[in-house]
Amino acid sequence: MKETSSLPARAIQLAVLTIAMGAWFIVGRTGAISPLFVPPMDAVWRALASLVQTDLFWSAVRTTLATIGEAYSIAIVLGILTGYLLTRSRFLTQVLEPIVSGLFAIPITLFFPLFILLFGIGPASKVAYGAAYGFFPIALNTIAGLSGVDRGLLNAARSMGFSRLGTFRHVLFPAAFPVILMGLRIGFFICFASVLGGETISSVSGVGRNIALAAELMEPARMYAWIVVVIVTALILNTLVSGLENRMRGF
Amino acid sequence: MSLTQTEMRQAGAIARPSRKQFAHPAKVARTRSLIVLGVLILWEMTTRLAGNSDLIAPPSSIVRALFADVLPDAEIRRAIALMLFEVVSAYALAIAGGLALGLGIGSTGLSRRSLFPIVLLLYAIPQVVLLPLFTLGFGIGPAAKIAFGFSHGVFPVLVNVVAGMRNVNPLYLKAAQSMGARRADIIRNLIFPHMVASFFAGLRLAMTMTLLGVILAELYVSTAGVGYFTKLFAENFDPAPLFALIGTLGLMAIGLNELVRGLERRFTRWKN
Repeated sequence: MKETSSLPARAIQLAVLTIAMGAWFIVGRTGAISPLFVPPMDAVWRALASLVQTDLFWSAVRTTLATIGEAYSIAIVLGILTGYLLTRSRFLTQVLEPIVSGLFAIPITLFFPLFILLFGIGPASKVAYGAAYGFFPIALNTIAGLSGVDRGLLNAARSMGFSRLGTFRHVLFPAAFPVILMGLRIGFFICFASVLGGETISSVSGVGRNIALAAELMEPARMYAWIVVVIVTALILNTLVSGLENRMRGF
Repeated sequence: MSLTQTEMRQAGAIARPSRKQFAHPAKVARTRSLIVLGVLILWEMTTRLAGNSDLIAPPSSIVRALFADVLPDAEIRRAIALMLFEVVSAYALAIAGGLALGLGIGSTGLSRRSLFPIVLLLYAIPQVVLLPLFTLGFGIGPAAKIAFGFSHGVFPVLVNVVAGMRNVNPLYLKAAQSMGARRADIIRNLIFPHMVASFFAGLRLAMTMTLLGVILAELYVSTAGVGYFTKLFAENFDPAPLFALIGTLGLMAIGLNELVRGLERRFTRWKN
């Protein structure tokens, strides 16, 4: 159901964007809303321009990217492994899958203070927190994907003498791949948002921490500059992952 | 982003295995309880024998802390009640706002094609980075937490209302129109009933998101409310009441989620 955008629709989108930008510009100029809350547009632009020239900016971005990378890798490995182990027998899946999905119904954010307590205030607690959040969609989708694979295919592979690894690599995994892929995608964005969230709430370094710090220091232009960086990154990632997913679906 | 893709992400993105039962349900339930019990016993024994009591508390002392420290404390009770109030207010606002905006955007093809992509774009932003902005704008009281919960909950409702309004089979629409139904009749008798399933899927996700928003804001503000107590217990290396408080809030979250699920089952029964 792909919707093609018509010319009037594009015009309205452009108008909405122009009005939003214009409103921001006017509010910034006249100070109708406290500049503490909505700083002028050019101040944000200047803050952004000077921010990207600092070492602090790049080290914060590196910290956050490394944290997300580690958290996501752990989530993928543990998620797919758990999914694989829990689908080794139908009985096992029936017993344990409700426990995994039941745990996912509890907001993991509630446990964030425990992560800080156990792993300290540095990046390690954010890695663990992001990995915990990313784990569930990946594990649940792997369980669903693998347990949905046609038994006939598996029996055929076994009777043709495939090993356990061979069955997984050539039959199980490809058959379950579309569902697992969806889990990987959701897991990535949850991981991304939760690492940033963890950094914002309680941390000593990283992008999220710098946003919170700018707010504490009452430097709204700088805070907006950081927020712009995150939003642009998120939108680019979203587009990239969508494209990648569409390409991999064909395989 | 196409509509179907969004719908998938909304309604059934987290896939579930088929509900077909192979083994006897009683046997499954028995094995499951045994496993949970085993994990609890293992947790109790390892923390008692080899654990670091500053970090992880055994289940028995968590239960003791729940009834000795957490529940009798009037301040903690007030903080929990305030959080419940914040979640309920934010959720109500999210439903009202999402429904109004969704009906507005979904009402004509042009408004949907032009405005819906903007909504999806905003939805893709990790909102948590705006949290400091909310406390700058609304202070550290309940207003900021309600606003942040609302901004998390409004999107799932909005997106699912717009998606749901398209769920109607075009043939029914044609039939209704050719039989002379007015626009109000069509909305009331055709679009609303077919929107229900998608709408309730949105309500379910909105509860999860509202809880997330309120909890994030509560934890971010560590000078008052639940965030103050979690920080206090964590800094004093007092894990038992921390686990107890978190467990209480977790049960609250499960209760709210189940309530919404129950309503969904009740109102979508006619479809099956």
